[in-house]
Parts: sequence; C-alpha cells; structure tokens
Amino acid sequence: MSTYSDPYAESRETTEGRVYSVTGGDWDSLATEIGATKEERVVVNMGPQHPSTHGVLRIILELEGETVTETRCGIGYLHTGIEKNAEYRSWTQGVTFVTRMDYLAPIFNETAYCLAVEKLLGITGDVPERASIIRVLMMELNRISSHMVALGTGALELGALSPMIFAFRERELVLDLFEMISGLRMNMAFVRPGGVAQDIPEGGVAKIRETVATLRKNFKDNEKLLIGNTIWMKRTQNIGYLDLAGCTTLGITGPVLRSAGLPWDLRKVAPYCGYENYDFDVITTDTADVYGRFLIRMQELEQSLRIIEQACDKLDKTVGQPVMVADKKIAWPSQLSVGADGMGNSLAHIREIMGESMESLIHHFKLVTEGFRVPAGQVYVAIESPRGETGVHLVSDGGTRPYRVHFREPSFNNLQSTSAMCEGSMIADVIGAIASIDPVMGGVDR
Amino acid sequence: MSENKGSFGVAGSGDTSGYSGLVRTKVTPGSSERPFGGYFDEVADDLERAFPEFGAAIEKVVVDRHELTLYVKRDHLRSVALTLRNTESLRFEMCMGVNGVHYPDEKDRELHAVYELLSLTHNRRIRLEVALPDSDPHLPSLVEVWGGVNWHERETFDMFGIIFDGHPGLTRILMPDDWQGHPQRKDYPLGGIPVEYKGATIPAPSERRTYR
Repeated sequence: MSTYSDPYAESRETTEGRVYSVTGGDWDSLATEIGATKEERVVVNMGPQHPSTHGVLRIILELEGETVTETRCGIGYLHTGIEKNAEYRSWTQGVTFVTRMDYLAPIFNETAYCLAVEKLLGITGDVPERASIIRVLMMELNRISSHMVALGTGALELGALSPMIFAFRERELVLDLFEMISGLRMNMAFVRPGGVAQDIPEGGVAKIRETVATLRKNFKDNEKLLIGNTIWMKRTQNIGYLDLAGCTTLGITGPVLRSAGLPWDLRKVAPYCGYENYDFDVITTDTADVYGRFLIRMQELEQSLRIIEQACDKLDKTVGQPVMVADKKIAWPSQLSVGADGMGNSLAHIREIMGESMESLIHHFKLVTEGFRVPAGQVYVAIESPRGETGVHLVSDGGTRPYRVHFREPSFNNLQSTSAMCEGSMIADVIGAIASIDPVMGGVDR
Repeated sequence: MSENKGSFGVAGSGDTSGYSGLVRTKVTPGSSERPFGGYFDEVADDLERAFPEFGAAIEKVVVDRHELTLYVKRDHLRSVALTLRNTESLRFEMCMGVNGVHYPDEKDRELHAVYELLSLTHNRRIRLEVALPDSDPHLPSLVEVWGGVNWHERETFDMFGIIFDGHPGLTRILMPDDWQGHPQRKDYPLGGIPVEYKGATIPAPSERRTYR
C-alpha cells in the first residue's frame, strides 16, 4: 500500500479495512459564488447529429435559462465538392451532379442548370414546347413532394407524428410518378440540356391525373389535422418572425419572403419554361411567422395541382412532338427507355448504332465522350424552387466542360436568417423556426 | 484571351493520340457600346447620374446573352453598391450572393468576384464583377450593404481565398477550419484515386484524357 494521502479523503486503518472520510464541504461557498454572477449562461451545441435539426446542421446556442441570446449555425458537414467535380465532366454529365445538391428538389436543380446551359448556347427558344411542359409538370410534382417533407418533418420536429405519416404517404405517390416517368425516384438526371431524357410513357398522363385526384383528396387529412389546431398554432404563431425588411437585407426568397406579405414568385415575375401560360395564384400571408409559412406551403400544394392539371391538358395536345432540341450536335443521340432491367438506351437506338449505321455509332460516340462546346461567357439563371430562388451562375471558356458552376442555393442563403429569427426566443421555438426555413443540407453544403 | 493547344486536356501522360497542332483561341465577350438595349441603358444612365465617378469606377460594361455586367474597380465597389441600393430609380434591394471565378491566365486579374443583384421594385437584375490580383486578394466587404452576402463572402473566401476586408467574421464555412488551400481555384487539384476495373486502370477524373 502506498502512503499516498488524499487531502479530501483522509483514511485510517480499521479492523474492517481501510476507511475513508470524504470531506470537502465547500459546496455552500461554491454555490454562493455561482449565484453571485446572477447569470445562467450556457452554450449548447445542437447537432450536427440531432433528430430535429433537419439534417447535419449544427446550431450553437447561447442560452440564458431557456431564452436564446445568440444563435450561430455550423455548416459544411455535407460538403461534397459538387461544383468542383462538375468542372471535370461534360456539360451533359453536369446534370448528374447538380441533381444531388438539394436532394429533395432534384428536378429544380436540373432545370436551373439546363436553362443556364441553354442560355449559354443561345438555344433557349429552340427547346421544344413539349419538353418545357414536361419540365413544368415534373417541377410541380417535385414541389409537392418537397413541401410534403417540409411539412411532415417540420411537424415531426415539433412533436406531431401523424402529419408526417400523411405527408410521406402523399410523397410516396409523387415518387411513384417520378419512377414511372423517369425510371428513378430521386436524383433522376431527367432534365437534359436541350430538353428532357425521355417522353412521358404511354398511359402516363392518365396515371398522373388519377394521382392528382388522390392527392387532392388526401391533402385534406393534413389540413384537417393542422389548420386551426390550437396546439399547432400555439407552437407556430408569432414564432420565427422575420419581416420584409429583414428578408430583403438577408436576401431571403421563397415561402419565407411570401410569408412577409410580398407576392414574389419567379414563376410570375420572371417566367421561364412557359409558366406565363399557366393559371395559378401566388400565395402570401402577412404574419411573417412559422404558421404563415406553413399555411403558404399547404396552399401552394393546391396551386401545384392546378398547374399539373393544365400541364396534362397541354401534354394531350402535343402528343408525338419532340422532347429534345432538334440540333443533333447538342441533343443526346438516343431517347432513354425503361426496360425490364432498368433504364437505358432504347432498343431501337442500339439496333441502329450496333447493326445498321456506322455513322450513327460515330456520332453517338463523339457526342457521348466528347460532348458539345459551349461559347465562352457567363450567365445567371434563377428559378423558383420550393425553398426560394435557385440561381445558377455558369461560366464557360468555350470548352466541352463547364469552367465554373455555382449554385446560389436558397437553403444556404435562407439559413442565415436563423439568428434573426431565433435570438430572444425560447429554445423550443428554435426548432420551429428552422423547420419553417426548410433548409436541405445537401443544398446548403453542396 | 488565351489559347488551347492540342485535342486533349491532360498533357504528359504519354498519350500521343489526337492532333497536337490544333489551336483554339478562347474568346470572351468584349465590352459593349450603347445602346445596351432593354432596361440596361436606364440602369447605366441612372447610375451615372447618381454616381458622378462612374467613368473612374466602371472599367467596362458588358451586355452578353441579355445580361448586364458592370466591371467595377475594387476601390469603388462599396460606393457603387450603396448607390445601386439607395438610388430610388435603381433600388437593388437584394444581393443574391457573391461568387468567385479563378482565371489563372489573366495576369494581375486572376480572381474575379461576381455579385448578382436583384431589384424587387423594378424586377431587374444586373451583375457586378470585380477583378483582383492573386498577390493582393483583398476586397471591401459588402455585409453592411446587404447583410445576406455574409455567408456568400465566407464561402468565396473559403473556396478562392479572396479576403473581404471589414467582414464581421471571415472564417471558413464549408471546409474544415484547419483546411489548407482554397479548393475552387484552378491550381487546386480535384484529387481522386485511379479505379481498377477488370485489370484495366482508369485514372482519376482530373488525370483522365479529356477533350478540349
């Protein structure tokens, strides 16, 4: 036995063995000392692995009791270098990368990117009408599936489980449509420079109409559950307040901006893909709080259904028209088709290049390996994604690959408003405020 | 204005295929003359009226693909931005962010910062572009003008090493705090490892033969 003696625990030998007497007794003085500062300042790290931070988002909260005095976001946990990678692939391959940014709104990323490539090429006006209709249809379906996640997870994070069950049921119906149209449920790489990868399959429009009717009926479940629900309103009203001045200075767009009362929707103010030919309303509220944003998303679902119905009518009128630009130097050489073993080049095309025409094979090979050249210059294209303005700044040096691809992600920008929304509120309301921004970390970190 | 030689992008790989005598000159859109067309003339006129040093501050005006780009000298960036935001006939209330582009071939103008501005009042968009030398990568921060560029400036610093003077907390935002280098610069390699497939080795994407 060593002769080590502990100043706080004197020991003595007894017949029962060694006995320690633990002393200390400075607890009273310690407690008085802490009390003297009158502060209960605690810094809490929420995330990056936290069930209610909407992804790998880390929020650093400084608390005084339960009041948040400072909020900072830590991001970058999902940074994958998509923008850098895209510089090493052809213009068409870029679609496959950008679709993975905001993974809840892949069609929007693809469409924004393709519109930018088309603007650089100067072929915006040559994109076939049917391709634009399909893009609009896919975007609005995607808006529904994205809003469903926003609503479902938002409610889940505030402790309401049932809305999530309904929301994911609806989302599943939309993903089934995506699977039917493109062969994939997420990250479809369906929109391509010059058009879309393939036409709507036979009987597809009827299936879409059927789903629209189902969705319209199903949306009522969540409406009944949440709109006017006292508990829900107590958790969301006057929470996460951000007025118009705050939105403009922070560059906030999308439902958050519209909840401040400004009817700013790029589909209306700067139409693209022929949105000027569709009849729909821009939903606003003037509450500038979480409940207002929730109401906007709920009502935008119906507007999206209206646009989808009109797109279906337009599709019926344009049956058989091309879905890819006529210029064979840009258009992907073959239409994809969904076969028994998944999606691939259509069998007719394979027969042509492998068995019938050497020139077709050469053309296919050149276009797929080399790609096309895009005249030098830069463009910025913005579209209205479910979360706000998705902007693409695309720079070309005249080569077969992008010189710089930059996404102005609405999630990235809007997440900056966390501090403005949360500081001074209770810690429980931070969750609601962030859910109302609806950040998708794949888009934030890219 | 630079040149590309040969058919393929990666040199020194021992690959002698392709026609090496191919020379392609990269031509970027030059500066534009009035009339610019659309609302661009109005924006330029109003800015000139509200900002007397227009001639000294604006290097050139480029109208390309129906988009207006004002090349601003960096000393004047802050005052030009304030004028664009505050003048009633301009009212660019929102800055959609700043983005960097690296042009290693442009001597003393290697780094470009690109600002996309939006006017909600007039529904107009313009672009500001500032060129700065790699040896002195400093820019005035515009956080006080548009609070929303805060994170965008941090990202541009992170990715390109452009230092925004006066930024309230210019730290890395996407890369880890102790990261070396600025990944979006052209001299920063993409990295990646060769892939072996059925005995054949396929080099990493940045080392792979690519078409010019």
